[in-house]
Amino acid sequence: MTARRKISLIVLGIFILAALAGFLDYPKAWDKSADWLNNKKNKISLAKSLPNLPQFFNRPFRLGLDLLGGTHLDYQADLSQIGQSNINEAMQGVRDVIERRINAFGVSEPVVQIDKVGSNYRLIVELAGIKDINAAIQMIGETPSLDFREERPQEETQKIIDQQKAGNPQALMQDPYFGPPTALTGKYLQNSQLSFDSNTSKPQIDLQFNSQGADLFEKLTKESVGKRLAIYLDGMPISTPVVQEEISGGKARITGTFTVDEAKTLVRRLNAGALPVPIKLINQQTVGASLGAASLKQSLFAGIIGLLAVVLFMVIWYRLPGVLAVFALLIYTAIALAIFKLIPVTLTLAGIAGFILSIGMAVDANILIFERMKEELKSGKSLPGSIEEGFKRAWTSIRDSNVSSLITCLILFWLGTSVIKGFALTLAIGILVSMFSAITITRSFLRLTGGTKLEKARWMWK
Amino acid sequence: MNIIKYRKIYFIFSGLLILASIFSLVRWHLKLGIDFTGGSLLEIKFADNVLDNQAIKNKLAPLNLGDINVQPTAEKSVILRTKDIDEPTHQKVLKALGNVEEQRFESVGPVVGSELKSRAFYAIALTMLAIVLYIAWAFRKVSRPIASWKYGVATLVALVHDVIIPVGFFSILGHFMGVEIDLLFVTAVLTILGFSVHDTIVVFDRIRENLRRGGSGDFEATVDKSIHQTLTRSINTSLTVLLTLLAVYIFGGETIKYFALALLVGIIFGTYSSIFIASPVLVVWEGWKKRK
Repeated sequence: MTARRKISLIVLGIFILAALAGFLDYPKAWDKSADWLNNKKNKISLAKSLPNLPQFFNRPFRLGLDLLGGTHLDYQADLSQIGQSNINEAMQGVRDVIERRINAFGVSEPVVQIDKVGSNYRLIVELAGIKDINAAIQMIGETPSLDFREERPQEETQKIIDQQKAGNPQALMQDPYFGPPTALTGKYLQNSQLSFDSNTSKPQIDLQFNSQGADLFEKLTKESVGKRLAIYLDGMPISTPVVQEEISGGKARITGTFTVDEAKTLVRRLNAGALPVPIKLINQQTVGASLGAASLKQSLFAGIIGLLAVVLFMVIWYRLPGVLAVFALLIYTAIALAIFKLIPVTLTLAGIAGFILSIGMAVDANILIFERMKEELKSGKSLPGSIEEGFKRAWTSIRDSNVSSLITCLILFWLGTSVIKGFALTLAIGILVSMFSAITITRSFLRLTGGTKLEKARWMWK
Repeated sequence: MNIIKYRKIYFIFSGLLILASIFSLVRWHLKLGIDFTGGSLLEIKFADNVLDNQAIKNKLAPLNLGDINVQPTAEKSVILRTKDIDEPTHQKVLKALGNVEEQRFESVGPVVGSELKSRAFYAIALTMLAIVLYIAWAFRKVSRPIASWKYGVATLVALVHDVIIPVGFFSILGHFMGVEIDLLFVTAVLTILGFSVHDTIVVFDRIRENLRRGGSGDFEATVDKSIHQTLTRSINTSLTVLLTLLAVYIFGGETIKYFALALLVGIIFGTYSSIFIASPVLVVWEGWKKRK
């Protein structure tokens, strides 16, 4: 295959790639054309039996919190009661429970992640596009922790009461009637259900423990026969029944003075899971949907203006090579956006800014090559020779300077919240794709023009 | 036009700017946003009448929030800054203010704030180190007339220059206009570092090539030639980036405006430092070495 043929094929390949990317970015263009074609086809009786053109693969861009509206929450986990070896399991449990609660809100792709900072374990929750943020926070934040406590012996109770009267601060914190939480906690709860007392029609809650919990419960009830067993929720006693007999099978019933609604809420929370460890909200960022939409519109507008400005500059200053670079730039934009869709990359406001920045930088590689080319031309080389030399010489500069930007992106990725990560990611992808676009696309375009009439018109090359 | 010859002028100019920045930082510090100090920020939009600052403070007085900073922004919107408040208090505030739409709310606990501060410092230091190391490695084969690691250090001087001046600028903005430093600003600084090195590398790359081609004994002349050869390219590249940034600054909306501004200032000075600071430093250094 001649060199000329090869280049033509490469350029063709590039156009096909660009078209694919373009349709991926904006499937409506394909769909509308396909519909129109299908209509025409179906009108021709001969062609009717042929299958219809399918719709293009459609996946929307994934937008970040600050563009969709939504909330970012950081929770700190209180691990004081958990031994070292159980931390991971406990955090996983917290994560799972919260994820289940969030699913009730119908947020598409919620983010619930465990994060470790120093010796602190945190949970990061991100709900994009959520309607009722406050309800979500309430649901997550006030999570019930369930535990069972045994009744203290008479003398111990009396001792504590006396100490409380004396004003002993430690004693004041303790419940004189019931001892510290036993091993039986909410994490052994398998299911809870609302039921009604057949005699009084009052609401009650039936608990079912898993097999481990059932064993613990059996032991607990055996030791407490004739005594009271307190059921604590969120550190407050909600029921203190007297244990009639040892209970095996892990079934317990909570009766108390709650209304039907209260019981229902309790059952729902208990079923979503009691948290293995308590958590506290330490950081919150909420963006209202209207601000998000406004930001999105503004950034898109800025992007288009920026692109236009760069295009104008390139054409005016570099003329023909500039026009070629602009084509390469547009293809670059299409491919980069397509990659954002495919991975998918969550686009935040800063991320879009990063992408716009990378458009300005993408041109850089082209400029380097052109300047080199001009030098080579001036030194008397032929056009094809100048093109090749220009690329070779410029490559080391392009490589080194982009590497330094990529180093920055890596560090930004480590440093930041999801917003910063979005910026780093779009910038990095932008830089990589722009390197590809300059080296492959621009070069092929330029090579293609070598030996044609365009080459002769030197004025076009400046 | 001999650029290197006038290096004293550039050094003095930059020196003055750096001094001004340091002065501002020491005297007025940086206005740190809640990302670093902890606290709460609430931006609301009034549906009907906009309440003035005092009226807002009066409405919120019973909630005992301590100091409330009220700042009106674009049409009918107001930004409230207080100490860190929890969710139930947040709801109470909204109720007390009446018919308002919540644009955004941020609440940062003090622990998270100070963590971010240290992380930011590390990131900046780490980036500088990584870049200097990379340059020293990339230029390892060019040992004459000055050692390759010196390229790295010259870059470092330019980088420090590129960080101090925008930071000083924002310190002044913070003092006179109340512009705050947030995590995005740190992002801008890091991006500036990465980008400023772009230009520096292009010049150094050209110096390297000219030296390899049998640079005439006069190092200063070689450097000057290299700068001239790369001048157009340096300016054009920065120009395209500045064009896109300008678009973002003007059209991009409130939240991202100062981010774009930081980048604008940083990249302008980054380009300036690559041309007028980094290379002259090399020349000066070589001059010292020769005199020994």
